[in-house]
Amino acid sequence: MTAMTQTMTGNYTGNYTGNEAAGGLIGPQPAAVLDLRGHLAQHGQLPSLGPHDVVRLARDAGLTGHGGAGFPLWRKLEAVINSGGRAVVVANGAEGEPASAKDRWLLTHRPHLVLDGLQLVARAVRAGDAYLYASERHRGLDHLIAERRAAGIDAVRVERAAAPDRFISGEESAAINSIAGGLAIPSSKPPRVVERGLRGRPTLVSNVETLALLALVARRGPAWFRSAGTADFPGSMLFTVGGAVRHPGVVEAPHGTPLTEVLELAGGPTSRLQAVLLGGYHGSWLTAEEAASAAMSRSDLAAYGASPGAGVVVALAEGVCGLAELSRVMTYLAQESAGQCGPCLNGLPRIAEQVRSLAFDGTDAAVFTELQRLSGLVVGRGACHHPDGSVRFLRTGLRVFADEVAMHLDRRCTRTSDDRVLPVRMVR
Amino acid sequence: MTRLRIDWTACDGRGLCAELVPELIERDEWGFPLISDAAVPPGVLVHARRAVAACPRLALSLQAENA
Ligand SMILES: Cc1cc2nc3c(=O)[nH]c(=O)nc-3n(C[C@H](O)[C@H](O)[C@H](O)COP(=O)(O)O)c2cc1C
Ligand code: SF4
Ligand code: SF4
Repeated sequence: MTAMTQTMTGNYTGNYTGNEAAGGLIGPQPAAVLDLRGHLAQHGQLPSLGPHDVVRLARDAGLTGHGGAGFPLWRKLEAVINSGGRAVVVANGAEGEPASAKDRWLLTHRPHLVLDGLQLVARAVRAGDAYLYASERHRGLDHLIAERRAAGIDAVRVERAAAPDRFISGEESAAINSIAGGLAIPSSKPPRVVERGLRGRPTLVSNVETLALLALVARRGPAWFRSAGTADFPGSMLFTVGGAVRHPGVVEAPHGTPLTEVLELAGGPTSRLQAVLLGGYHGSWLTAEEAASAAMSRSDLAAYGASPGAGVVVALAEGVCGLAELSRVMTYLAQESAGQCGPCLNGLPRIAEQVRSLAFDGTDAAVFTELQRLSGLVVGRGACHHPDGSVRFLRTGLRVFADEVAMHLDRRCTRTSDDRVLPVRMVR
Repeated sequence: MTRLRIDWTACDGRGLCAELVPELIERDEWGFPLISDAAVPPGVLVHARRAVAACPRLALSLQAENA
């Protein structure tokens, strides 16, 4: 049912009729596969595919992006191809989101699948350059990249580029600016990076999980991939499950899996839950009741105004003050503004201030109105979606913690625990 | 139809545009332009073009959109 318990025989058989349940990034043995021989023994060689084969595979499999937005990979490949000119491909492993660990897991446990996927997309768009953009903690991957190159399995040279550990570092234009030697901050769009990205060239930026999945699809075929998940979003995805669960960590489950099952994969809740955060700090909160019936697919979650995003799931136990959590994260998100767009630079700190006052000071209902007004002032008024995502996190939180808001306005709080659940990286 | 668009990374928020096209542009409390979502009416197009040309940061543009 879930990939943690799935068998993964994994050898490429040359036919696309495999009927193993999709999944396969984690498999039955979560141990790291770092040496090339071990990787090839487990997964077999990449079949030799032409550019059109790769696009067709991605399309037939229905493989969508796992960096958050869920956009079909094949359409992005076609956009880059149609832009013409010498293309660039980037494996995005920045994972700026502090509550997410799945890309880090992949780069430490399944790096060869990511690098295989990077070669496949490079082939698809006939790229001359390929980059692996990830935190400096992954610099050890240089050995693997060199080893693959020496073994002759990587046709396109791969360069590792360091991603700063900041929230917005992984936004695609920020990634491109950083690789080009500039600051890891977003650019205004248009132009889209598929048209003009790194050094003005058409650029494909794909999340490392998307690429690792493509490497599995190339070996096992689209039908295998489609044997799990939903019609719109086939296959499985990685979830980083944190908060009040017995075994916080990275798990894998098909799109559409009930949220309660995803929590069970991480050992299940350690106590009664009051809320669950989905999709990280640009994501949405669900009440415990909603979480009990929600399924982890884009179409199901849309009913709650939520999305699986890049797979962050954080369970919040009763007794933790949701407003204190909102406050800490909004302060962090304000800090993480790249500071180049006026409404984001000015608005997010003001919003954070108001949330702090709601969470910690004696306050009145005017704060709540002011928060709604300020939120309206930042949404849609930036070069990237940082303001929009931050406001989504806040608004859904205020809805889910409405009772707590009422209590705070009455100078009371239900808090019984001082746990700080949502992780942040403050720089000051 | 045509809309005004801002490059937020370039705009300095001094508000020259709001003076030139008050019909379409207000300023928020920090001075940054608040642009009406509506299409630019034909009668205002001349003013809008003038604001685009006058923006010292080349942050303002007119975008033609379909439908
Ligand atoms: C503020 C912000 C931060 C982002 N951070 C990441 C990130 O760390 N990793 C990532 O893969 N995508 C990130 N994205 C999404 C990327 O812009 C891009 O859509 C993604 O890498 C495309 O990969 P995919 O199509 O495989 O999902 C971020 C987007 C925004 C707006
Ligand atoms: S919206 Fe905020 S985070 Fe995004 S580019 Fe502008 S200033 Fe930076
Ligand atoms: S004139 Fe240009 S730089 Fe000045 S506020 Fe308007 S858009 Fe921004």
